[in-house]
Amino acid sequence: MKFENLKKSRTFKRFRKNKTSVIGAALLLSFVFLAVFAPIVSPPASSDSYLIPQAGYSQEPAPPSKEHIFGTTEQQYDLFYAIVWGTRTAFKIGVMVVFVSLLLGITIGGLAGFYGGWIDEITMRFTDIILSFPGIVLAVVIVAMLGPGIEKVIIAIAAVSWPGYARLLRGDVLTVKNFDFVAASRTMGAGDFWIFIKHILPNSIYPVIIVASLDIGSIVLTAAALSFLGLGSPAGYADWGQIIAMSRNWILGTSSNPFAYWHTLLIPGTAIFLFVLSWNLIGDAFRDILDPRQQ
Amino acid sequence: MTNFLTKRILMLPIVAIGVTFLLFSLTNILPSEMRASLYVQSQKELTPDTLKEIIKTHKLDAPILSQYLIWLKKVLKGELGYSQSANMPVKDAIKTCLPATLELTIFAIIPIFFIGLWAGVISAVNRDKFTDHFTRFAAITGYSLPTFVFGLIMLMIFYGWLGIFPPGRYSLNSDIIINAGEFTRWTGILTVDSILNLEFGVFFDALKHLVLPASVLCFGSIALLIRITRTSMLEELNKDYIRTAKSKGLKESYIINTHAKRNALIPVITLISLQFIRLLSGVVITETVFDFPGIGRWGIKAAQQLDLAGVMGFSLMTAALFVIGNTISDILYAVVDPRIRYGKK
Repeated sequence: MKFENLKKSRTFKRFRKNKTSVIGAALLLSFVFLAVFAPIVSPPASSDSYLIPQAGYSQEPAPPSKEHIFGTTEQQYDLFYAIVWGTRTAFKIGVMVVFVSLLLGITIGGLAGFYGGWIDEITMRFTDIILSFPGIVLAVVIVAMLGPGIEKVIIAIAAVSWPGYARLLRGDVLTVKNFDFVAASRTMGAGDFWIFIKHILPNSIYPVIIVASLDIGSIVLTAAALSFLGLGSPAGYADWGQIIAMSRNWILGTSSNPFAYWHTLLIPGTAIFLFVLSWNLIGDAFRDILDPRQQ
Repeated sequence: MTNFLTKRILMLPIVAIGVTFLLFSLTNILPSEMRASLYVQSQKELTPDTLKEIIKTHKLDAPILSQYLIWLKKVLKGELGYSQSANMPVKDAIKTCLPATLELTIFAIIPIFFIGLWAGVISAVNRDKFTDHFTRFAAITGYSLPTFVFGLIMLMIFYGWLGIFPPGRYSLNSDIIINAGEFTRWTGILTVDSILNLEFGVFFDALKHLVLPASVLCFGSIALLIRITRTSMLEELNKDYIRTAKSKGLKESYIINTHAKRNALIPVITLISLQFIRLLSGVVITETVFDFPGIGRWGIKAAQQLDLAGVMGFSLMTAALFVIGNTISDILYAVVDPRIRYGKK
């Protein structure tokens, strides 16, 4: 779709009229900005830019100061750096998971819908089984088998999220494959592969792509939870969930000030909350706009 | 209805075999030495010599299918292996952890349902007014704020600052009473047991430890219910029969309670299973944050320490809980919707 058409489209107008969605989009844009310009906002000190610089080796977190505007957390990891580069980590995980699970979901769901029969039956029962499990539990099991690490987290979350996309695409493929243009193409001698790529996918792929990309918020939430549980990134890696896990030992504060270490929890907590919120606001707005029952 | 239910119940073993096979194939990523803990019942059996024997007798190098059958036979006999992270056989670990999880879940489910349905209906009736915006804002906050962040904030305020709601399941005082020998564990659910044993001190102590985790769990899972109820209610309120009822001059509260609500709740009930998934995921994290000795905390500990038998026991347990929850929601659905009860052709 050309941009001019997009601007005139009904969906776009409704989206702009919906205040919460505009707030969501603005929040999301600022996160994108932060992720893209991370090297300028917070220049890396070492060669591996995802390693958070340490300002010393003392255990006790230091409150926000001039050198460390967000303060430091356990073992003097700089919180500002962790938040900025953690944004990149969040996008990296979100985009990678969506990419991998879409690839799996589209291939498997597409084949199931296109060929039907026993292929369909087996794959759909398989998705039933995966969907009958709380995603985070299965992800925990997978990471436990593979060992901790960001890539393992990506694999685990992708492994539990593709069935939803496969089923969504399968449903659309089932409708599209009965359209006349598919029959026309077949009578002209087109093969399965050609029909699938050229006619069926372009007419069925958009809903699943939209749904999957709006899932980035909840994917990042799951990844952060895995990191928090000690199954994600290694210590010192710029990752929000892990930074929050570090704050766990300091929530009680000191005897004179129960909130002495508030920044170790609330700053990364706010970052992840706003990130997920931005996706949810946009997702909710889309749901309201596209749902004809609510017009 | 019997037809529908038999079909559902016949599906259960298929799902059970599927889930266990999937989990079992996942374990095959690990070397056979690590998988041996699935087949022993005590720590003593895990010596290098016996390991080789276990690998041989249970054919841990054989193709996955024959391994699976041997393992399944053991599981059906109730031999689930030895959990190193819990320091006891998996069966005993489940026995000690499950009641705690059930207790926490029950204390969270009740407010979820009452508040969730009520807020959803109120929100729909007052569409686009302040109440609606407020409820929706609370709901979206609920599912955007990570459970672990919210839980830690609650601990910071109510434990660190005010000192009223501590983490864990009971305090030292209760621990002494519970383990003194006079305390009978009828159900394992502490609030019930303490009343049966007439130990009201323990009862209030248990409640004190439940307030925070139950409210965190509730806050995290309630949003979905509010949203579904609201959408369903809005759809119902737009229908013709509501307009008819209004034109007859019926009272608004009567229309909402006797006409709209009853129909609006049908789709909500079908989505209870979704709610259940969210709740179970929430339990895992909430228990870890609050150091609550349930299934979830044990499972995470097992995963961190690579205690394979523990991980398998934990996931089997979750799957079982989930299947039970799903079946209950199916039955409820059939009870509520007459179209299913009488068999939709």
